[in-house]
Formats: sequence, structure tokens, C-alpha cells
Amino acid sequence: MSMTILTVDDSRTMRDMLRLALVQAGYEVVQAEDGVHGLEVLATSNPDVIVTDINMPRMDGFGFIEGVRADAKHRAIPILVLTTESDAEKKNRARQAGATGWIVKPFDPVKLVEAIRRVAA
Amino acid sequence: MDPMEAIKITFFQECEEQLAELEGGLLAMEAGEADSEVVNAVFRAVHSIKGGAGAFGLDDLVRFSHVFETALDEVRTGRLAPDPNTVLKVMLRAADVLADLVRAARDGGVIDEARVQQIAAELAGCGAGGGHHDETPAGAEPAIEFTPLAFAMPVLEPELPPAPATHEWIIRFQPKSELYANANEAALLLRELSQLGAMTVELDSSMLPQLDALDPEGAYLSWTITLTTERTETEIREVFEFVDGDCELSVESAEPQVVAPTPDVFDVMALIQKVQAAPEMAAAPPLAPPASPPAATAVVAPRPSPPAAAAAAAAPAEAANGQGRADAAAAAPTIRVDLERVDRLIDLVGELVINQAMLSQRVMEAGIAGASAIGMGLDELEQLSREIQDSVMAIRAQPVKSVFQRMSRLAREVAAMTGKQVRLVTDGEGTEVDKTVIERLADPLTHMIRNAIDHGLEDAAGRLAAGKPVEGTVRLSAGHRSGRIVIEISDDGAGINRTKVREIAVERGLVSPDAVLSDDETDNLIFLPGFSTASVVSDISGRGVGMDVVKRSIQSLGGRISISSRPGKGSIFVMSLPLTLAVLDGMVVSLNEQTLVVPLTAIVETLQPKSSNVYGMGGDARVIAVRDAYVPLIDVGLLLGYRTDAMPAGEGVALLIESDGGGRAALLVDAIQGQRQVVIKSLEANYRHVPGIAAATILGDGRVALILDIDSIVAVSRTGDLATEPKLAMVS
Repeated sequence: MSMTILTVDDSRTMRDMLRLALVQAGYEVVQAEDGVHGLEVLATSNPDVIVTDINMPRMDGFGFIEGVRADAKHRAIPILVLTTESDAEKKNRARQAGATGWIVKPFDPVKLVEAIRRVAA
Repeated sequence: MDPMEAIKITFFQECEEQLAELEGGLLAMEAGEADSEVVNAVFRAVHSIKGGAGAFGLDDLVRFSHVFETALDEVRTGRLAPDPNTVLKVMLRAADVLADLVRAARDGGVIDEARVQQIAAELAGCGAGGGHHDETPAGAEPAIEFTPLAFAMPVLEPELPPAPATHEWIIRFQPKSELYANANEAALLLRELSQLGAMTVELDSSMLPQLDALDPEGAYLSWTITLTTERTETEIREVFEFVDGDCELSVESAEPQVVAPTPDVFDVMALIQKVQAAPEMAAAPPLAPPASPPAATAVVAPRPSPPAAAAAAAAPAEAANGQGRADAAAAAPTIRVDLERVDRLIDLVGELVINQAMLSQRVMEAGIAGASAIGMGLDELEQLSREIQDSVMAIRAQPVKSVFQRMSRLAREVAAMTGKQVRLVTDGEGTEVDKTVIERLADPLTHMIRNAIDHGLEDAAGRLAAGKPVEGTVRLSAGHRSGRIVIEISDDGAGINRTKVREIAVERGLVSPDAVLSDDETDNLIFLPGFSTASVVSDISGRGVGMDVVKRSIQSLGGRISISSRPGKGSIFVMSLPLTLAVLDGMVVSLNEQTLVVPLTAIVETLQPKSSNVYGMGGDARVIAVRDAYVPLIDVGLLLGYRTDAMPAGEGVALLIESDGGGRAALLVDAIQGQRQVVIKSLEANYRHVPGIAAATILGDGRVALILDIDSIVAVSRTGDLATEPKLAMVS
């Protein structure tokens, strides 16, 4: 009964690192490459937590979060934002868009899992 | 392999892609063709490199990309104008430095630290011009320290304060509806808090309206928590980090001596007494399972709907897991495949095409009509095979962009070294060609771009004197033309100095002093081995490689190169290359009951030699008159050793061919069978090199046919014999 985490990141490196960290922590992982793809994947899967990057082509993290929240089916999924930007402005924007929390890159696998555990029911 | 090592390899691959994106974007910005999406992509490229570098602890790379990113962010947000002559020049050089740092991180090696620092300072200077910089003063070196902000979590690796005395804290927590809207959960926060120490929780549900007045998305509940812990107030507040602003929160010490005199003091004291007076309200012990406070669970149902929806969604989530993963995988737009597998596939498809051709021939021989069901089925099979072949070839095809992009960096470097101003204009980067062709194009292109700038373009004074703009233009373009890829490199320089070229060629004994040469022939002298136009061999072009090497490498790709030049206007090099190295358009000819293939691209025309047109030159050598010129007539059968006596003049068919070097000859064969696409099979890989033969193929009837090597045959027409190697017929 492990949880499923959806990660949305345009960087292959980051996707691989997220997958490695999450799989080692015992989570199921589904992945998407940008906001548009993330919403597509979401249409066919039911993740327990979403981890998304902000800077992405096609649709950025803010747009993606708004898209998730606009869908009654997914509005309650906790969303963690991956960000290298630690300034309050970015966090506020993410939160206005509907983000549940954030993880500062470069992330430490322990802290990533800790943050997920913190928001996951 | 260590999984992190594997990811690191991916990281460096990705870096290469991002560096290409970066450079392409910057060049578009320089040309004023960039929209905001391009600027964002450029920013993202650097941002991603920084992110990955941080994860792998590549500090040099992180530091530099951070400065770069900061400057790009200024551009992205419109605070810094991307001036092509200042800002973008710096950024393009910064992109080069970034590329060097990536490669140094990957391959090891020395970085020119001074250059990195200088460009970093210039970048910081660009941004500082906008007046928005407090962190990166121009010229300061490691002031630009990138310190990843640690994710402050109340984890249990305690950096304990000197005296870990337990304190009692009173925490009042009242979520707003925004807290729930962002999928945060009061119960989870309480669970988190319970990890810090022993706590009791009291629910205040007094704000909860009647059911008919209840807004399902509203927030009506608040909690008062008494926590006994060794942790500091900051650590307690960190639990609420994600909901800062989405709730009312107060954290106060319950011990009177440290309590600041706030208006809440009275309440706090009252609460403590209330809590102490009602111990039955105390919640579960610390480290209890989530959401255990009975008071909290009791109100889960009337709480805003999102959390409930989450719980409901959890069950189907488990069921749909497998499905979801499969779909996610299917949505991935690209896959990475070992090149070996693709090549194996290409090989097999080649066999399929041959096999299909053999089958067609057998059916024809059996006298089955083309219009019969079998005949039509075969036609379809042929079409399908052809389509499969094209599709498989397309797998190996890649846009020339990757190699073109390297050239713009090169142009900048050569421009800097020669002190010339150069603008490299590229066109047709999207043109696709076989991966091997692309890889092997890099060296010749590098050399030709160097040459174009170093020798082609005049210096600033020369250009001004000629009435040209100081900035020289070198154009690099690619396109498809009649089944081949054509790459052109042109410059608007002085053109070839024919007098000088001729002088040098004579001086080096490459042509005789009294040779009559057309302008084109003179220009093409630069391709002769041992020719170098610069009287002073410069550092840039003089790397021991001449245009003859360029020519040979193009030829080894089955390509041709030529130059045309106009004095004072510039020169243009035209390369024509096959799209793939696996298939060749050939003319199938017969010779002494053997079948041979002549590459179609080399054939100028075919003719019937008349004995009146053929002249003996002593020995076996003969020439044939083609209109007003004489070209050597090569008896291929004799040359390859298929027969010992020359074919009588006036018999057979002559193919007028032109080698890549422009040399002409007429090949004498028995008859022409027709033209056909053939799959190239390397003779060297399967047997060994045979002079005069480039490769082999398998024909429809299953027989092996040799593909003639036009260049070596034309060369033979000058020297008379196929060197010292044993002749083909003797070999076989």
C-alpha cells in the first residue's frame, strides 16, 4: 500500500534523482516533463503527493498547480514545489497558486522524503 | 553502477543539450529574433545546469551558473536590456565558459580560472548596471557565493542548545480556509507537532455554524496545544512553515518568567489552568499515530471537503497505480536506444530490401505476370520495404544543428584571435542527416570556418578600403537538394587571390608553369595536397591540416566539395553529401559477365565510343574525344584484371565520370543494365581493401556486385596502374 508520488520536472537529471530518492524510500513514482504533461499524467493516475519544479517549458509550475487545483478531483492533493529560489516572493507565488509546501534544491533525499511525509495523509 | 553515477552521466548529457539551447537562444537574442519564450528557455538552461551541479556538489559550476543565472534573470524580468553589442557579447562568452566548466567537471582538466573570474565579473557588471545588485558587486570574486538554503526541518538530529531544558509552550492555531485550499491538513500539522514532545490538544469548535449555514470550504476550527519540549520557538514555528500566513498562529512560553507581557497573557494562563483542570482532554501521548486527538477526529466529517476528497481519492489511487504508471511511460516523447541496435536494424532492413528484390526477380523469371495477384502483392511489398527503409534511416537522422552550433563558438574564438569582427549567420540548422555524417562533418567544417575568417575575410582596414562594412559575414547553410544534403560556407571577403594561388602551386610543383587553367581550376588548386595559401602559416589555420584533408574527409563520406570565388566579393565552398552512408544510387553495368556498380553521382553522361574518336597514347593508354576535349579512356576490365586484352575501340559503352577533384575520365564497360538504389556493404569490414573498389552490394539475383571507387580510378588514369596491390581478379 505504498503511496504514489507524481514528479513534474523538465530536467532528466532531476527526474532521475527524484525517482531514485523516492523509490528508495518505498514510494511508487510517476513522472512528467512539464506542466502540460503533468496534467495529462494526472488524468490517468491518482498520486498521493505531487512534487513539481517551477521553471519549465510549455507550462510552468505555477500554471500546473493552478491547473491541478482547478480540477475538483485533484484539488486536495498536496503539492510540493521544488525550488532553488529561497526567496519569500517565489514561495508566496507558489502558495497563491495553491502549493502546499516547498523543497529547496539541491534537495537532500532525506529531506525530500521528510517533506512528503509531512504533507501526506 | 552506482545509481548516482548513472544520473551524473545523464546530467552531463543534459548539460550538453542545455548548452546548445543556451547558445542557440543567445544567438537568436543577438539577432533580435527572440521572444520571451526564448529568453525563458535560455534562463531555464542555466538554471537547470545550476540545479544539477548543486546536487552533485560541482561548486565551480554552481558558482558561475549562479552569476550567469542572476544576469539572465535581470534580462528576463526586463530590468536589463539585452543589448547585442554589450550584454549579449558577454553572455555568449559566458556560455562558452559555462561549457568549459561543464566539460572540466565531466572530464577533469584545467580551467582558466582567471577567465572564469573575469567573465563572472563582467556578467555581474551587466546586472549591476541595472542597479539591482546588492549581492554581486562588479569585480568581486567569491562574493558571489551560492549558499543553498537548507530545508529547515524539525528532524531528530539535534543541534542541541547548550542546556536542553524542557519548556512548556502554548500554541494557538487557527487555520484559514486558504490552508485547506492548498491541501494542507490541520491534523497533519498537529501530528508533526506531536513529534517534538509531549502535548495536549484542545479543540475549539465554538465557531462551527449549524449544518445549513456551513460553508464546506470554510475554516471554523481552532486548536490550543500545550507542548512540553526541549525545542526552541523557532523549531516549533518551522512546523507551521508551509502554512505561514494561511493561519493565525501564536507560540508562547507557558512559564511566566519568560513570557513577554502581551495582551494574550491572561488567556494563556486561563488556558493552562483549564488544561490542568481537565486532564481527561489530554490527547494521545507523543508519537501517537496521526490524527489521533479524539477531539480532532470527531470533527473530520464536517470539515471542509478537500481533505475528505483526498481520503476518498486514496483508495482508487491504489487501484489505478499500475495503469497510471503505464500511461505516464507511454506519454514520454523520446526513448534512448543503443546505436548498435539501430545499426543492426538498418542492416536487417537492408537485407530485407535485397531479399525482396531477389524475390521479385525470381517471380519475373518464373513468368508470372506483373498484373497477377502475386505480382501486385510483390509491388506492395516493395513499396513497404522502401518505406521501412526510409523510416529506419530516419532514426539515424539528426538535425545538423548540433554541429552548426559549435561553429558559432569557433567563429567567436577565431575572430578574437585574428582581431577581426565576424558575424556567423547560420541557416537550415533543422536539416537532417545521418548521425555518422554529422559527427564526421565537425572537423572539416571547423577547418573551413577557420579558413574563411582567417584567410577569406580582410582585416578591418582592408574592408574599409574596399568599401565594405568592418564586420565580415560568414554564412553557413544546409539544405536538401535532390536527395543529398548541401552545405555551403561563404564569406564576403576578398575572394581567392588567383595569381598568388597559381604562383604557389607552381612553386611547389603542383602544376607546370605553362599549364592553362581556368579560374575554377585555379581555385580548386587549394585542394591539392601540400597547398597552403597563407604565406605566413598562422596559428589558426596552420594546424598541419590543409584543404586537401578537408576534401578527403568529405570524400570519405561519399561527398563532394567545390569552391567558387569572385575577386573582391568573397568565396563560397559547396559540399554535397549523401543523406545516409548505407544506400547508394548506382548505375549497374556489366563487364565480362561480371556486374559492377558505378556511383550515379559521379556520372556526367554516357556515350558510345566510335573508333574514330579513340586515340592511342602509347602502351594501353587511350583517350577519347568528348566534344572538344580529350579525356582518358579507362578499360575497366583491363584495369581490374578481368581480362588481359584491351577491348577493341568502338565496342562497349563509355561512362563519362567526374571525380570529386574535378578530374574526368571515361570508363569503358560492356553494357549498361540500369540504375538502381543499392545497399552498401563494406568490403573492408568483410574482406579487405581492394584498390579501385569502394564497397560491395548484393543484387536482386543474389550476386555480389562491386562498387567502383571513382576517385582512385581517375587517379589511376593519371598514373597508369592500380599501384602495387594485386589486381582484383587475381585476388579472387
